[in-house]
Amino acid sequence: MSAMWAIAITEFRRMFLSPLAWSILAVVQFILAWIFLLGLQEYMTQIQPLTTTMEDPPGISDLVVSALYLWAGIIMLAVMPLMTMRQFAEERMNQTLPLLTSSPLSSTQIVLGKYVGLLLFVLVMVGLLSLMPLSLALGTQLDWGMLASAALGLVLLLASFAAAGLFLSSLARQPVIAAVTTFGLLLFLVVLYISGKSQVTGSEVFVYLSHFGHFLSFLEGMFDSSDLLYYLLFIGGFLILTIRKLDNDRLQG
Amino acid sequence: MMMDNQNVLVAATGLSRYYSNHCAVDRIDVHLHKGEVLGLLGPNGAGKSTTMQMLTGNLAPSVGEIQINGIDLLDEPHKAKQQIGYLPEQPPVYRDLTVDEYLYYCARLRNVAASQRKEAVERASERCGLQEVGKRLIGNLSKGFRQRVGIAQAILHNPAVVILDEPTVGLDPIQIREIRRLIRELGQEHGIILSTHILPEVQAVCDRVQILNRGKTVFNDSLQGVESLEQVFFDLIFREADHVPAGEEVA
Repeated sequence: MSAMWAIAITEFRRMFLSPLAWSILAVVQFILAWIFLLGLQEYMTQIQPLTTTMEDPPGISDLVVSALYLWAGIIMLAVMPLMTMRQFAEERMNQTLPLLTSSPLSSTQIVLGKYVGLLLFVLVMVGLLSLMPLSLALGTQLDWGMLASAALGLVLLLASFAAAGLFLSSLARQPVIAAVTTFGLLLFLVVLYISGKSQVTGSEVFVYLSHFGHFLSFLEGMFDSSDLLYYLLFIGGFLILTIRKLDNDRLQG
Repeated sequence: MMMDNQNVLVAATGLSRYYSNHCAVDRIDVHLHKGEVLGLLGPNGAGKSTTMQMLTGNLAPSVGEIQINGIDLLDEPHKAKQQIGYLPEQPPVYRDLTVDEYLYYCARLRNVAASQRKEAVERASERCGLQEVGKRLIGNLSKGFRQRVGIAQAILHNPAVVILDEPTVGLDPIQIREIRRLIRELGQEHGIILSTHILPEVQAVCDRVQILNRGKTVFNDSLQGVESLEQVFFDLIFREADHVPAGEEVA
């Protein structure tokens, strides 16, 4: 257990030793801030005047906050592969993996350590962007349940990105290949959602299989345990595949 | 050769390794005693690195058994790996960490108790001459220092067996001399297996030499009484595999 935490914390620290994590956080935060302010502006000038006559008007949490988290999910489709690509592919390229594989550790400890390191990054990212909707609490009443559900949904979505990325990184020898394939897989799951919702090819199965369908219900403020279960299965499945891959490396060479 | 069971650190018997149909290592036995420095020698592609990867648990042998200090490496990899320090061909160092940060990390990976970590890191740094560079980034160090960091992580947890894959490649003559002195020193308490291409190096530091060719052991004996290792080496390698070389029954 202690070795797993050592890996997680060192991986997390090493992300911030290179400019990569800093620049990703800065760029994503900047773009999301722009989107947030844009949404806020629209809400105050166009939507708010209309809502005075409605009986149960949609609030700022429905319109601005969930849009922010949706955009964050979409942007991270492209960004998360950059964070996960380093994990195993870079170690292979730099031939540093023997440090872990010849230490008294199981593959499970190595994979979980790296994954927890990624999760810490995800938490930092979601924490930072959540500061924006939280700042609204200074001036208005927020729907706290909805905010919590959106943040949880985003954490789960990004955690699923991380698990898929970790697996593809364990297959690749070059980080770029890991990034491209991870991006491809994540985008494919979104396309699956779109085709599931389409008039012609629409199918509940496609919507169910896509990680985005489950994310959207979190954004609507709905916490459904089957959505949670979907993410846990998705994450667990990819982590087990990664562990198997590492074990297999030892056998196949 | 008689085996004194109490002092056998590595006992690997009948190791074979196939890469699909290609046989990289063919029924090799490796034995190492306490206080012994064993040199693995052989031309490129002879199977030295593959053998070392198997001995350190990075690669599973297709056939064969490995006992490290009496613990079966394949049955109890955790316990067995605790007894091994390994320096691969490329030192597995993270360039973005400082030497001290890296060594502390390694100490945690090797289950060195928190109270002993500082001491373990200090001792390994001192033995490898790293005290001066503890605060520097590994990426900014010269190749020789990086190699020493690699050796430091291998001896950090005071393992019974230290396995070094070409430890002096790319070093300048002074560094080579220092590393050889270090290996001799370590050889007194640990058992050491090192692979190399450099024949004089074997004569300078090894007690015993095992020569591999095409995945087979072709020579395995102590260096006493060997007048010219170079002569022995070329004889064995060029005689090819069409008849059994004189040294093989030793294994």
